[in-house]
Amino acid sequence: MRKIALLVPLAVIAAGALAVLAEIPFGDRKGEVGEYYLREGRDQTGAVNIITSVVVGYRGFDTLGEVTILFTAAVGVGAVLKFAKKSGKDTGYRPSSLILRTGCRLLFPLIILVGAYIFLHGHLTPGGGFPGGAVMASAWLLVYLGCRERRISARAAGAVESASGAAFVLAGLAGLVGGGYFLANFLPCGVAGTLFSAGIIPVIYVLIGFKVGAELAGIIDNLLLESG
Amino acid sequence: MNFLYDYTYYLGAFGLVFIGLYVILTRKNLIRVIIGLSLLETGVNLFLVSLGYVRGGTAPIFSGSGTEAAGMVDPIPQALVLTSIVIGMAVLALALSLAIRLYRHAGTIDLAKIRGQRW
Repeated sequence: MRKIALLVPLAVIAAGALAVLAEIPFGDRKGEVGEYYLREGRDQTGAVNIITSVVVGYRGFDTLGEVTILFTAAVGVGAVLKFAKKSGKDTGYRPSSLILRTGCRLLFPLIILVGAYIFLHGHLTPGGGFPGGAVMASAWLLVYLGCRERRISARAAGAVESASGAAFVLAGLAGLVGGGYFLANFLPCGVAGTLFSAGIIPVIYVLIGFKVGAELAGIIDNLLLESG
Repeated sequence: MNFLYDYTYYLGAFGLVFIGLYVILTRKNLIRVIIGLSLLETGVNLFLVSLGYVRGGTAPIFSGSGTEAAGMVDPIPQALVLTSIVIGMAVLALALSLAIRLYRHAGTIDLAKIRGQRW
């Protein structure tokens, strides 16, 4: 009964949304800002990937806020789960088989390598610091699922996270000194399309990659082992 | 008919939003409510990306000589959705850890049973 009654307001919302949607043309160009970024982005920031030049170049301050949100969430997960009483021992834990352990050992560096590739080429190809960091964290997820005798040291993850976060802010301050405003692209842009181009953008994306990787690995650590 | 053809992406995205809303409103299992939240968010992200689509456009990445700025989709919605995905992931992790904590505290994640308990 309650479910059927709920369908009525949902239908009202759907009708309203549909009326608005009919007014928005699909597949037309809608904003001039996007066109401006497409026209000028490559020359102004040196990155051939315009999305990266928007995320780290034009809206770099916004990305700093985003990284802060992720940091706050990671701290929140840690705080919420740490205060719960800890059993201290892994219940029902059995060592995994030789095949699993060898497979994990084999795949772990390869996954880390793929993650590093993704965030190093963030200004050239699809990807960047956030997906690259997520891929690196998935290597830790594999280790946790496959061979649980190894675990990430919370202190090392925290150190990587704080160091890369602080370096992000320092890079922004260096832009203030070298370019006149926070997060200014003060390094030479180089030839667009090569690995060493786009000035400060790849540096920041590498920092974001390490920060996101360490944070997600910390979240995985908290969720898997505190609840296990 | 033309409306349906043109607006498939919008309708699909809003379909996901409404499925998510329905799940959030009707389910009592906290994990399912969180799954509904995630569905809703995916729908919103899809809608934003499809807003930025330009007919016949390519990804906004200059690769080789055959790509030019006039034939690319709008980069701004994609950049914003990148932000939105990361924040959604953070919210999801926090919600799941709260669910774990609630389970430790109340012994159940059924919202109907938790509502009746005295804290």
